[in-house]
Amino acid sequence: MSHDFFPSYTPKSKLAKWFESRLPLLGFMHSAGVSFPVPRNLNYWWTSGVILCFMLVSQIVTGIFLAMFYTPHVDLAFSSVEHILRDVSYGWLIQPLHAVGASMFFLAVYVHIFRGLYYGSYKAPREILWILGVILYLLMMATAFLGYVLPWGQMSLWGATVITNFFSAIPGVGKTVVSYLWGGYAVGNPTLNRFFSLHFLLPFMICGVVILHVWALHVPGNNNPDGVEIKTKKDALPFHPYYTTKDFFAVFVFLILFAWFTFYMPRYLGHADNFIAADRSVTPAHIVPEWYFLPFYAILRAVTFQIPLGFYTIDSKLGGVIAMFGAIVVLAFLPWLNNSKVRSTKYRPLYKPFFWLFFLTCIILGWLGSKPTDGDWMIGSWHIVNYTTASQIFTLLYFAHFALLPIIGKIEKTKPLPDSIFEAVLKKNGSAKPAGSAELPNKTA
Amino acid sequence: MADTVKNAEPTRRDFLFIATGTAAAIGTACTVWPFISSLAPDANTIALGAPVEVDLAPIAEGQIVKVFWRDTLIFIRHRTKEEIEAAENVDVATLIDPQPDDQRVKKGHEQWLIVFGNCTHLGCVPNGHEGPYKGWHCPCHGSVFDTSGRVRVGPAPSNLPVPEYKFMSDTQIVIGVADEAPAPAA
Repeated sequence: MSHDFFPSYTPKSKLAKWFESRLPLLGFMHSAGVSFPVPRNLNYWWTSGVILCFMLVSQIVTGIFLAMFYTPHVDLAFSSVEHILRDVSYGWLIQPLHAVGASMFFLAVYVHIFRGLYYGSYKAPREILWILGVILYLLMMATAFLGYVLPWGQMSLWGATVITNFFSAIPGVGKTVVSYLWGGYAVGNPTLNRFFSLHFLLPFMICGVVILHVWALHVPGNNNPDGVEIKTKKDALPFHPYYTTKDFFAVFVFLILFAWFTFYMPRYLGHADNFIAADRSVTPAHIVPEWYFLPFYAILRAVTFQIPLGFYTIDSKLGGVIAMFGAIVVLAFLPWLNNSKVRSTKYRPLYKPFFWLFFLTCIILGWLGSKPTDGDWMIGSWHIVNYTTASQIFTLLYFAHFALLPIIGKIEKTKPLPDSIFEAVLKKNGSAKPAGSAELPNKTA
Repeated sequence: MADTVKNAEPTRRDFLFIATGTAAAIGTACTVWPFISSLAPDANTIALGAPVEVDLAPIAEGQIVKVFWRDTLIFIRHRTKEEIEAAENVDVATLIDPQPDDQRVKKGHEQWLIVFGNCTHLGCVPNGHEGPYKGWHCPCHGSVFDTSGRVRVGPAPSNLPVPEYKFMSDTQIVIGVADEAPAPAA
């Protein structure tokens, strides 16, 4: 850590001294979780990281217990989930906690991502931190997809069929790759078995990357709403108790939402079709992924045309898959696409509307992803455009955002930045004291 | 080290370094191979993927029967005279995926249409006897197929493919075996 503003750990007891000289674990935990200097101006959007950590633990705990009762076999999987819900003591609670938990996890990650986008948190020196975040997001998506196949309902089977067929679009080796994914001639029992194994593995890989992510956070420290770095002790507060308290409060508020869904509408975010056991001879009338994949599903389906390259023609299937993965991979390049000298959108008058346009684009793409491709976007009786054309327009807007970033950064006249975090807080509140606080933690204020 | 000389003759140590690295790389590849290979369809799955025989005798005229071969849905359609005529009297050049009906059925067995049962768009199962051509209509994204299983209205890019099969007798077929004069797969 670059700053030593707050007292570090010194072992007092004989035992602690003995242990610390052999493994400095307590000192490490203290410097990372107690005396770690955090900008004093963080708002509630900065609690999403701890909420995500909480959700990861929650998913692993509920998942491990579900795995004790679940059977990964095509003839038994569906009924084993029903068995959990009906017969296992508190299974009615544990299964929805896991299923709703996936949605809550994604809700928190989207808050976390848009927070980073708005405040330019990915900019130097936090590029590696950001890229690790993109990797975590991809791992989360893979885990969620694999998990959704396990109950072996109609959406599980057909979702797995549509998604694994993406890989058949790979020129030349596509068919072989898909048969290695399936372990058969179609999505079947071997597929279900390996998906269960991988669904169990990936969360632990996520844990590993989370450790790197938090490590990469602790090198430069947190970004903050004003996007200026900590310069003096006056700009910072120790992580504990100031942010531990704030983060726990936010977790509790988040838990209200989580509990509300779990207890009052546990199936609201799912699909009724997944309560029909998988049947290869019938497809659901309308195959849609879970809500958190919808924007990408819209982008996938938006490519309905061939893309001739001269030496090779990309058909619409491959084109859609490239666009969909491209929409995620492009995020990793943000630190270099955004060339503005100013991090926070608070001080970027030209970029601000573009940020909100991008946010809106993602929401509308999500909505379009839930619609059938052959329908029409109507407002009352007023016909706007059909869904496929709309998806194409908003897919274009999605990518245009990234293409425009360097231009915006070049021509924008940004607002003056505060000299320090302390000054920014002073200007906002008239006092640098947190509301209701009696005394600042350091007398230098 | 001070006495390190560039462009010196390769030493015994250089040789050992490269030889060890090469052996390690080959060893790693050899170790990874069985794990990747284990993901391929296993012997049991392949054995169950052997050709299947289907008795056509109980299938009434006009009826569509669903069978599975290699976990994949196959439609067996006993076409009526009108359906055969409708399939044959088409200007092939106007089709999305041009193919005459006689390339999709066996000569002398025109009443039997045997096609894979998953839409060529995103793999949904189309409903039989529906749509303007009374062939199939896909409920997912609206593709329409005629009584020859050819796509007539998109978004499906191609016809329902014809699997390899052959007639053992007039009422017995075996799916998964190439005919002497194979029907060109779509």
